[in-house]
Amino acid sequence: MLPQNTLNKKGRKDMSNKESHWVKTKNHMFITLAIWFFFSIVIFMFGESINNASFLGYPLAYYMSAQGSLAAFVILIFWFANKQEKIDDEHGYGGEREDD
Amino acid sequence: MFKGGFIQNLPKIYGLYTGGFVVFILLMAILESAGVSAANIGIMFVAFTVLIYALIGYLSRTIQVDAYYVAGRQVPTVFNGMATAADWMSGASFVAMAGGIYFGGYTYMAFLVGWTGGYVLVSTLLAPYLRKFGCYTVPDFIGTRYGGNLPRFCSTLVLVLASFTYVTAQINATGTIASRALQIPFELGVWVGLVSILLCSMLGGMRAVTWTQVAQYIVLIIAYLIPIFWMGSKLGNPFPHFMLGDEVQRLAELEGQYGLTKNAGAAMKEAGVPGGLKYISNPHSGVPAGGMAVWKYLSLAICMMVGTASLPHILMRYFTTPSVKSARKSVAWSLFFIFLLYFSAPMLATLSKLQLMDPNLPTAIIGKSIAEVKSIPWVQNWGAVKQVFIADFNGDGILQLNEWFMRGDVVVLATPEVAGLPYVISGLVAAGGMAAAMSTADGLVLAISNCLSHDIYYKIIDPKADVRKRLIVARVLLVVIGAAGAYIASMRLTSILGAVAWAFDFAMSGLFFPLVLGVWWKRANAAGAVAGILGGLAAGTAYLIYVGPKFMAMEPWLGIDHLRFGIIGAPVSLILMVVVSLMTKEPNAAMQKMVDDVRVPSGRAILGKQH
Repeated sequence: MLPQNTLNKKGRKDMSNKESHWVKTKNHMFITLAIWFFFSIVIFMFGESINNASFLGYPLAYYMSAQGSLAAFVILIFWFANKQEKIDDEHGYGGEREDD
Repeated sequence: MFKGGFIQNLPKIYGLYTGGFVVFILLMAILESAGVSAANIGIMFVAFTVLIYALIGYLSRTIQVDAYYVAGRQVPTVFNGMATAADWMSGASFVAMAGGIYFGGYTYMAFLVGWTGGYVLVSTLLAPYLRKFGCYTVPDFIGTRYGGNLPRFCSTLVLVLASFTYVTAQINATGTIASRALQIPFELGVWVGLVSILLCSMLGGMRAVTWTQVAQYIVLIIAYLIPIFWMGSKLGNPFPHFMLGDEVQRLAELEGQYGLTKNAGAAMKEAGVPGGLKYISNPHSGVPAGGMAVWKYLSLAICMMVGTASLPHILMRYFTTPSVKSARKSVAWSLFFIFLLYFSAPMLATLSKLQLMDPNLPTAIIGKSIAEVKSIPWVQNWGAVKQVFIADFNGDGILQLNEWFMRGDVVVLATPEVAGLPYVISGLVAAGGMAAAMSTADGLVLAISNCLSHDIYYKIIDPKADVRKRLIVARVLLVVIGAAGAYIASMRLTSILGAVAWAFDFAMSGLFFPLVLGVWWKRANAAGAVAGILGGLAAGTAYLIYVGPKFMAMEPWLGIDHLRFGIIGAPVSLILMVVVSLMTKEPNAAMQKMVDDVRVPSGRAILGKQH
């Protein structure tokens, strides 16, 4: 499934498909890393103040360090893989096996 | 019963294996109630599991290059996730982590965040692209991407340094566990551990290590979780992970009641506290105040995360999947399986601390009379081997919080005894610790020997060598490196955790930016890569020597101590790599095309199937 104008010459069409795939891939990477940065760095910059709040009865900073951020990473990384697969499929790069 | 090939039947095979292991545990429980001694049960647990791994290793023997180096690139996503989790979770994760949290509290939990968050970097920045490349080893990627033998050689240097630092710690851990379970001296235990490790890897290389690691993951996760759920149920929390809020707050209350006192070094020396034993002086859930505490937490987390994304024995696990897509998914499964253990460790620390501290529980010892505590069987057992110690500083005959000393490992190893669980659980825990240390050691020894045999011997020394000769060299190197690791481990140079953190710092100083920029920055060239690898490694190592307590032991700069020297090495690596790349010629058209191809997830691998 190629979104580009099929009247283009084959080479050009292929190039721009490749380029738009890479732009989307890059953006997806930056968004994922921004979320990662929030859960791994930002919240622990405020550890002392958020520890007064509580979650499931745990002090919040303790909870995030023990379980919360860890769970966020698991969810994030599955979401990242699924979304990237969609991007690949849209650009016709969704092949399961390498053809060798 | 088994139609189709081995790969199609994996769920059945490992299902049967898990069932068999559970039956074995029940059998041991029956033997225990029939009066078989605790020592014999421990021996049977360790011996039986190690024999199973050796059998898997033997059945996976191979004479094919791509089976030996990358398990034939047919490991399914979920199973590769389990194998990576076992590869990843070392003796330190299994045995030492809960103890670290027990004594270090919130500050120590930076390791938890670091050792899981790093997988986000692996997945987004590296694993899928390295898989597309089709390399056998990490230096294989560096060598082909930048071209020439020099980058290949330099990255080999970092790989060997980082992995070897790590593997001595793992062989040390297998030695400790083997010596305790089999009741032999530590020096002998180290060599028993080594033989077990080689049995799993020598005949089948990556293929054998993959299938034993899956088996080891199953053992270690069962061994870690059963005691936690059991203990949780005893205290009225059948699912402790979500129900310990009150317990965590109760600990904070008890800390206030008993007081967190720091002992003077001189007093501890005078009382004869054995080295390596710790006492509770950090709050369990409280966050230490001040900007420096925040920086120490974050810098440790950053080192562990970036180090994770540069450790070759982890990256190479993603070379074994059938496709780029499955490599990406496999990182997610790896983190899921790791998460199962890591989010349990703080709960284990909480439960086991509460049992010693809460005067309402029958297992409590703090606040009791010292004579009474010294008569408890588990205190006697672990005291006899100098793993726990009591010093009555104020001479009142009552055990205070700061008078109770314990080695961190005891938290995992002795908790079943402390909680009064049957001995079969202690045997299970020993088998789990052995599985954790062995699986990591296997991955590391294989990473080093594969890299030396492929990148140094085949690619640099003798490119005409035939398959037979290459595999013989690979196996000889495996034995030599294992033996060297065991020899150094038997000398006990650093504590387990110190060495583990160093491996992350070495890897991040020398490899992180050359790997990431190789995919994400087309302009990066060979001169830049060499400068980045060598400069980062040199800066990091120089700083380690400057602050390392066993070296010059100078005052750390901005709190960056010897566990965090990657904070110095990695930026130096980045700056040098960018500056030198920009000052020299850009990579040729063929190389830029190669980077473009790496970024396309489907289609042929860059390197051929056999290379």
